[in-house]
Amino acid sequence: MFKKSRLIGEFFMQGDIACAEGAIAAGCRFFGGYPITPASEIAERMAMRLPLLQGVFIQYEDEIASIAGILGASWAGAKSMTATSGPGISLMTENIGLGMMMEAPCVVVNVQRGGPSTGLPTSWGQSDMMQARWGSHGDYGSISLVPNSPQEFFDLTVTAFNFSEKYRLPVFIMADALVGHMTEKVVIPPVEELEIINRKYTNKKPEDYLPYDYGKDLIPDFAKAGDGYRYHTTGLTHDKRGYPDMTFECQNELVPRLVNKIKNHIDDISLTEEYDIEGADVIVISYGITSRTVLPAITMAKKKGIKIGYLRLKTVWPFPEEKIRKLSEKVAGFVVPEMNLGQISLEVERCAHNDSIVKLVPHPGGGIHKFEDVLHAIEEVAHGK
Amino acid sequence: MSELRVKISGFGGQGIILSAFILGKAASIYDRQHSSMTQAYGPEARGGACSSQVVISSDNVEYPLVDTADVLIAMSQEGYDTFLPILKKNGVLLYDADLVEKVQSHKDYIAKAIPATRLAEELGKKIVANIVMLGFATKHAKIASPEAMQEAIADSVPSKFIDLNMKAFQAGYDYNEEQE
Repeated sequence: MFKKSRLIGEFFMQGDIACAEGAIAAGCRFFGGYPITPASEIAERMAMRLPLLQGVFIQYEDEIASIAGILGASWAGAKSMTATSGPGISLMTENIGLGMMMEAPCVVVNVQRGGPSTGLPTSWGQSDMMQARWGSHGDYGSISLVPNSPQEFFDLTVTAFNFSEKYRLPVFIMADALVGHMTEKVVIPPVEELEIINRKYTNKKPEDYLPYDYGKDLIPDFAKAGDGYRYHTTGLTHDKRGYPDMTFECQNELVPRLVNKIKNHIDDISLTEEYDIEGADVIVISYGITSRTVLPAITMAKKKGIKIGYLRLKTVWPFPEEKIRKLSEKVAGFVVPEMNLGQISLEVERCAHNDSIVKLVPHPGGGIHKFEDVLHAIEEVAHGK
Repeated sequence: MSELRVKISGFGGQGIILSAFILGKAASIYDRQHSSMTQAYGPEARGGACSSQVVISSDNVEYPLVDTADVLIAMSQEGYDTFLPILKKNGVLLYDADLVEKVQSHKDYIAKAIPATRLAEELGKKIVANIVMLGFATKHAKIASPEAMQEAIADSVPSKFIDLNMKAFQAGYDYNEEQE
């Protein structure tokens, strides 16, 4: 079945499997993980595929070891990934912070299900969105991409690897059980037609190289393991040599840089899709599968004569603050349907102009929004309520 | 834009999800339509209630779920009881005659029964009951072209079972209720 190293062509493919294929196309050759519904198919596919590509698949004893494993693989030069769901992310969270501090490129896939705790193993949710941003302790910039179809799960997995390599951090893909277990046509182009970004290696001589030195883009260059460069890294606050230096001065140089290396590049990282935004009174902001399940309500609102626009966030973190701020000056308000009890709606509230209304349409997970609830919220905002 | 929403229901282990996969693949890859397949199941590996759904459209499938069905396939009593309310007026109901015993009288939709599981057993393997049902649905609900279905079956089942599955498909396609 997998004699060819790359799949090229059209496939009727499940979202989770498309994610695994996206990773392979991006050059991922190390997967460490522990199975969990609804993300197990990603591990299963990688277990079949990676050994044939001279890659490594390891099923670890748990999620804590899995994330440690992919950080190590990243450090050794491999593009690495893990995939899990909410309970697994909770276990990985400490070492995700280590990845942020070490600046280790890797991809962490969360196929979200209903929480908290073991919650709804086989059903849907989007309630880990804030966890992806603030889960690990301390300040750091982070990136989360949210697909709404198997094709986009493939595409955004490639993008996630590109961002992780370019900006040197663990990048989240925040899918959900519905997209992960949805099967649709997925077109896989030849690798030559994909934009693949690889980490930047230093061109300095070993004696001049410092592992955490950086230029204007705030991103340090890597040195290749085994090429004779001195290397040190740690979760402690560290200087440009990578040695612990627990002074205010060092903390004040390092931590703002971890935040700003993402913030300063938001134009490159922020991916959105807009429909009928020009002249709209109401804008629906959504992400992931919700962007598809609320479409019937949007179509109905349009039929009823409401000037409605639609903004879909493919990148949720970093949040498109400026875009929301500018839009809020022109509209009556925003409707934010999400499969949680209010997470991204808080961000919209934070960024929106005082005079505009922000209306959350919550859903606890385990189902999708009711058509009437979304339509009602749109009508209320259109009437200035 | 033409659109067909199909719900397939039964219990875990009957190939309910594979049926939807084959249908979706036949539609999107071989009939050159667009299709979206989703599924719902419990934590049990086998025996629990299971359903899958396919939306087939001449256009991009935006809304992927089946809240109202043009076609309902029921492979268990529970599946029939749960999903009959979502079957549209003038829709098509196809059910396993031996597994769905309590059937309401009806005027609003077309109902056709086939002993899919028994026919599969006669072919030698109960496991192909889902393929028998797909053959029956291809004939009576026009869910996809027979050629596309056969191609999709051929590359979705293990190669040593292709013949058996083709026979199962044909048995369902050719079955008529007077046979009983």
